[in-house]
Amino acid sequence: MAGFMSTTYNLLFKRTSTTIFTIFVGALLCERTVDYSTQAVFDHINRGKQWKDIKHNYEK
Amino acid sequence: MSLKFGRLSKSSILGVKTVIYSKLISGGIIGCGIAGLAVALNESVKASDLTLHPPKYPWYHRQGFFNTLDMASVRRGYQVYKQICAACHSMRFVAYRELVNNTHTEEEAKAEAAEILVTDGPDETGKMFQRPGKLSDRFPNPYPNEEAARAANNGAYPPDLSYIVLARHGGEDYVFSLLTGYTDAPAGITVDDGQYFNPYFPGGLISMAQALYNDVVVYDDGTPASASQLAKDVCNFLKWTGEPNYNERMLRVMRIIIYGSAIFLACWYGKRHAWSVLKSRKIMFREKKTVD
Repeated sequence: MAGFMSTTYNLLFKRTSTTIFTIFVGALLCERTVDYSTQAVFDHINRGKQWKDIKHNYEK
Repeated sequence: MSLKFGRLSKSSILGVKTVIYSKLISGGIIGCGIAGLAVALNESVKASDLTLHPPKYPWYHRQGFFNTLDMASVRRGYQVYKQICAACHSMRFVAYRELVNNTHTEEEAKAEAAEILVTDGPDETGKMFQRPGKLSDRFPNPYPNEEAARAANNGAYPPDLSYIVLARHGGEDYVFSLLTGYTDAPAGITVDDGQYFNPYFPGGLISMAQALYNDVVVYDDGTPASASQLAKDVCNFLKWTGEPNYNERMLRVMRIIIYGSAIFLACWYGKRHAWSVLKSRKIMFREKKTVD
């Protein structure tokens, strides 16, 4: 654990530039993950009820 | 040499007196008591009216915390509105474009819009003209103005249905109960011409006749059109027109819970971190040596 922490610190947080970069990339990945996973859970809960589940009946 | 150390308690550092605490507590208890009495009196006044309150029905969108509206039902509800309700009720805040990718495809919504005639203009000679509806048009109003609507309905104005579910106590439960709740009037209640008895309507006498009967609509998707099915579908439709962003909002709730708890944990940790020095400090003092 200590090794992991010091590696992380040396690689990512030691310089301001890499810290900012880590924060930006982390925010992007985090947002994509949360958005995709909540959408998947939401679609699973509401399967068969949303427009995208019934639109094949009406599109030619 | 004797050293005496005194220790100050946390509350005396912060300067909070126990007396103030006890005053606050007793004040809070009395305040809550008065508020509770006011609420109880108010409730008992409400309970004296004779309106029949609608039961809670198991709507799909209410069964789970993140449930959307049942969009197949909303689509059927649009059909019920168009074929039955629209004869008297306007929906002037809903446009045909809102149907696109919610209940209808773009082609279907265009076809629905093209069925109505809209007064547009003026043209180059200054005259108003009629044209088929477009996606940007709102649902048509069956009457040109409120006076015409009243004149055609014994003086009763059929309310605009765009936000009716939000505008009535009990919401979709109330509208469903009203649509399916017509009965014969009990003994002792006189029903005049143009009035109908409905126990869910405040006062009991409503100017709208029962509109939904079994099989008055033939559904496109083959669902058996019982009166309660029609009422359910049209209530889902009215719920959707009142809250067209309902489905999106349920998804947002899920994301807000996740992001909100992350922000809460960060704030909680930050607060503990910032206060840790203050909370764990001890203040010592050395008593001044007195000359014997």
